[in-house]
Amino acid sequence: MENVSSVGIKDKLTALYRQYAAQISDGMPEAMNRVRETAISQFDALGLPRKGCERYRFTEIMTAFGHAYGYSISKLAATTDSQTVFRCAVPDLDTYTIIINNGWIDLKNSTIPANVVATEMADGANKYPELFAAHYNRLAAQKYDTTISLNIAFARSGLFLYIPDNVVVDKPIQIVNVLSGNNPLMVNQRNLIVAGRGSQAKIVICDHTLANSQFLLNNVTETVLQPNAQLDCYCIQNLNDRSSQIASLLIEQNTDSQLIANTLTLHGGFVRNNVEVLMAGQHAEASIYGLSLPAGHQHIDNFTYVDHAVPNCTSYELYKNVLNDESVGVFSGYVLVRPDAQKTNAQQSNKNICISPSARMYTKPQLEIYADDVKCSHGATVGQLDESALFYMRQRCIGEDEAKMMLMSAFAHEVVRTIRIPILAERYAEMIENRLRGRHAACGDCFMKCEKR
Amino acid sequence: MDNTNIISEVTDSEYKYGFVSDIEHDTIGKGLNEDVIRLISSKKEEPEWLLEFRLKAYRHWLTQKMPTWAHLDIPEIDYQDIIYYSAPKQNVKPENGEIDPELKKTFDKLGIPLDEQKALSGVAFDAVMDSVSVKTTYKDALAERGIIFCSFSEAVRNHPDLVRQYLGSVVPPTDNYFAALNSAVFSDGSFCYIPKGVRCPMELSTYFRINAAKTGQFERTLIICDDDSYVSYLEGCTAPRRDENQLHAAIVEIVVMNNAEVKYSTVQNWYPGDKEGRGGIYNFVTKRGLCKGVNARLSWSQVETGSAITWKYPGTVLLGDGSSSEFYSVAVTNNHQQADTGSKMIHIGRNTSSRIVSKGISAGQSQNSYRGLVKVSANADGARNYSQCDSLLLGDKCGAHTFPYVECLNNTAVLEHEATTSKIGEDQIFYCNQRGISTEDAVGLIVNGYAKEVLNTLPMEFAVEAQKLLQVSLEGSVG
Amino acid sequence: MLTIKDLRASIDGKPILKGINLHINAGEVHAIMGPNGSGKSTLSSVLTGNSRFTVDGGEVTFLGRDLLAMPPEDRARLGLFMSFQYPVEIPGVSMVNFMRAAVNEKRKFNGLPALSAAEYLKLMREKSQLVEIDSRLTSRSVNEGFSGGEKKRNEIFQMAMLEPRLSILDETDSGLDIDALRIVASGVNKLKTPETSSIVITHYQRLLDYIVPDVVHVLYNGQIVKTGGKELALELEEKGYDWIKSEFDNK
Repeated sequence: MENVSSVGIKDKLTALYRQYAAQISDGMPEAMNRVRETAISQFDALGLPRKGCERYRFTEIMTAFGHAYGYSISKLAATTDSQTVFRCAVPDLDTYTIIINNGWIDLKNSTIPANVVATEMADGANKYPELFAAHYNRLAAQKYDTTISLNIAFARSGLFLYIPDNVVVDKPIQIVNVLSGNNPLMVNQRNLIVAGRGSQAKIVICDHTLANSQFLLNNVTETVLQPNAQLDCYCIQNLNDRSSQIASLLIEQNTDSQLIANTLTLHGGFVRNNVEVLMAGQHAEASIYGLSLPAGHQHIDNFTYVDHAVPNCTSYELYKNVLNDESVGVFSGYVLVRPDAQKTNAQQSNKNICISPSARMYTKPQLEIYADDVKCSHGATVGQLDESALFYMRQRCIGEDEAKMMLMSAFAHEVVRTIRIPILAERYAEMIENRLRGRHAACGDCFMKCEKR
Repeated sequence: MDNTNIISEVTDSEYKYGFVSDIEHDTIGKGLNEDVIRLISSKKEEPEWLLEFRLKAYRHWLTQKMPTWAHLDIPEIDYQDIIYYSAPKQNVKPENGEIDPELKKTFDKLGIPLDEQKALSGVAFDAVMDSVSVKTTYKDALAERGIIFCSFSEAVRNHPDLVRQYLGSVVPPTDNYFAALNSAVFSDGSFCYIPKGVRCPMELSTYFRINAAKTGQFERTLIICDDDSYVSYLEGCTAPRRDENQLHAAIVEIVVMNNAEVKYSTVQNWYPGDKEGRGGIYNFVTKRGLCKGVNARLSWSQVETGSAITWKYPGTVLLGDGSSSEFYSVAVTNNHQQADTGSKMIHIGRNTSSRIVSKGISAGQSQNSYRGLVKVSANADGARNYSQCDSLLLGDKCGAHTFPYVECLNNTAVLEHEATTSKIGEDQIFYCNQRGISTEDAVGLIVNGYAKEVLNTLPMEFAVEAQKLLQVSLEGSVG
Repeated sequence: MLTIKDLRASIDGKPILKGINLHINAGEVHAIMGPNGSGKSTLSSVLTGNSRFTVDGGEVTFLGRDLLAMPPEDRARLGLFMSFQYPVEIPGVSMVNFMRAAVNEKRKFNGLPALSAAEYLKLMREKSQLVEIDSRLTSRSVNEGFSGGEKKRNEIFQMAMLEPRLSILDETDSGLDIDALRIVASGVNKLKTPETSSIVITHYQRLLDYIVPDVVHVLYNGQIVKTGGKELALELEEKGYDWIKSEFDNK
């Protein structure tokens, strides 16, 4: 697929699907198979999103797709024992761990809480057919984004996570996505998370590359919060800078549910995050945060869509970028308040600092409001570090570079402090500082060090 | 009090400019092709280069499709069903400064005195009806200072070099679909040139009136403010009440040179259609200023209450170092009106600054969108922008939307955008009620207070008018 | 300690300081008074190295070094401290981390090892007691949400932490009530040693009731136009600045 046009990619991927359709569907649940054909037809008809359309106004998706990737229908034998190579473990962070290797769950190396179901999608569909059929592809099918269509068509692997009603998970569940192998690889991972009524869980999702190969991780995670559920979802994205990532987190919130979604993007050459929240039940609350620290030639696009379909819900969004070198940051935040969604409280904020002359930032906060008794606001800023604060700090003996570093960390702190796992918050602060200092923010013994061994 | 009742009471207000004048028109047939363009050009006795300009624009237009990205529901427009030229017949010679009594009556009725003796002090008018300018006042007094203020057609005749130099220099014919259409078929409009170092002693104003049925209005305004000069310019517009929609696709180009300042104000009150959404003007306008010189300043103030559909983004290209621009807008939509409007600020020069203050008010079943662009190009060191977009919702059947785009390619820029959406405060209305003020008046008071920051930027003579207009447009909207 | 010779400075091309001459010995307190706009705050900004101002000429020697050649942080590390008239709020940077960075950078400059966590906390505790600052303030972000008085007290606390050789108190009294003024002044006096000097910039005499100056200078129109003992301050308080103005405007 090297140097091919968008049309070429479309034809190639469509042909790839058609050629292997039988194998792709083989052994997979009916709920997954019956939607593939529609999805690939949609993909074939529309192609990849074009730069300039509203959803991808400032992002050329071909940056991610325009390379020759391999695609694997069956589970690849793990080239490395992920558990030994990967000790991401935030020191002292006591978690359940689910290892996912190139999209496939490595159950052998995972620790799963006893009162929670965590398994391969196909297995989940077999064990909980009704639950699976009720939720699989419900949110994804409605999205006007053909990267999602592509995932629907190709998805074979991924995590089915079900937190049954009223289960309170005692420790955070850490989901570690590792990409490994020496050949370029495209992974269309598909996850389904159902947080049952009154359940409570904290999830930490870490995306890593264990090799310096070129990967494309096209991830779609559908998440349903049933009434009264509380879910924290912290994502740490740290692929190598040759790789691309499209992470679609599609969420439905029912009555009185509470969500925290927090995405930290460190490395990854091309990153597109779609966080889409549907407020489907009253008195639900969503807090959505994002922090990106792009450098080099990274392109990071955070897209959020909050659909207030019912009254009395609250959404709060804060996205921040610190842009260095030639990096490009994009934020598009969409808040829709439907006609009857009275008493909606929706706030959105996007703040950005460009620290190098060639960094670019595009921001597009949007409100579409059809109900009058609402409190909605958004704000966006692009600027630099506060000169007077810098001078104040230098007058207090702190060198210019160090003062800048402290101000940047402080800027990031507003996002870090929303993390409700204290040790993780500390580790975040550390990773952010490392990243800002131009060091690799690799968790623990991740590939950056492996390579040197 | 029941909200819906009040809303309907308010939305019942009259459009008082909806009358039709009984004037004979010189009208060409419906439809658009190169012959029609040649006909318009020849009626206006235009030079060859201008005809070429039109034809080139037309050929470009043919290759384009009408854009669909706006948050607007626009019924299909049949461009062959529009009359592209209609001039009121005058039994006098306008070249001699005479005006047809019937036309004068029309403008008197609109409150636009074309008789200099009776004129509003300090305001010179160019009155445009349908496709032609019918009268420009104070021309001679202004000419003494070297100021050229005349109809566009006259400028083409008397100042062809100036027109040729600047026409399309800010809004090229290829800029967008409607700019191409206008460039092909534009009929008349106003032209204004302020020479170096001259401060225009009075407000200049163009009043646009659509009278003829089934016609489109395609006027063009070109304002050039030379070094160290100043002008305050005001545009007003109305149209008769008719059940069918009429297209208005104008272009305004403003060139501001070194240290010059232009203040451009608009009170837009085209016929908005009736309560059921029948009729009204489609107001698809391209307005742009170019701050060409150093420290050039351009400020836009607008009060938008009319039109069935408003689709425009008056903006400024800040090319000169140290240039600055402001955009102040109040946009009211009621009944079935739709608006997708805002501003564009393009920072190119160094140390340029811009400010956007937009107040949207939606009532009835209307949809009101702010859409704006702030772009800082790579070389625009020290750019500053502050944007504030507030939306006020009166009633639960309308919509208020905000779509700002911020593109920053320079790391010394400081850009700030804020937007809020809220409904009118029930406690505020109750407070007014308790002081004996009717709900209707209370809404007027509160809305005027809400829009005050913008109204204050209008020239004195029109601020009062604009305030009344706001109140009338919203009569009865809330509770 | 500090010698200023014919210092001239401007902002955006507009001259503010038009030839300042000043010599301060160790152990001395100098008050600089003058009407608004005379250049008092510009002087402190130029001495501390604020890049908003341009130095157009002159020399400043501080502890034998060319002060104007140094970046702001090195001036501070050498022992020049300014209590800001308007201390900056820095959200997200905790006082504890801020001061630790400051203290250790200064130690590093002087060839000393960084303080251990325990040593540092002990220092914080001691100094906060000395200047009577609420320890809760030190757990917050730098100056964020502090009242006017708290900000000024925090400045003196930082002064205590950094033990400067020369401190400039820029309108430290502005916005303080009498009790806060007394606490701040007593902090300054406690920190005074025969090796340290101060420049007290003020518009009014009242701060000088608490911090008694050895020398009083009157700054007017970018120059020091009068120098005297502490009685000069009293004279100014009594007569106002108009007589100075008329005296020099007529020249």
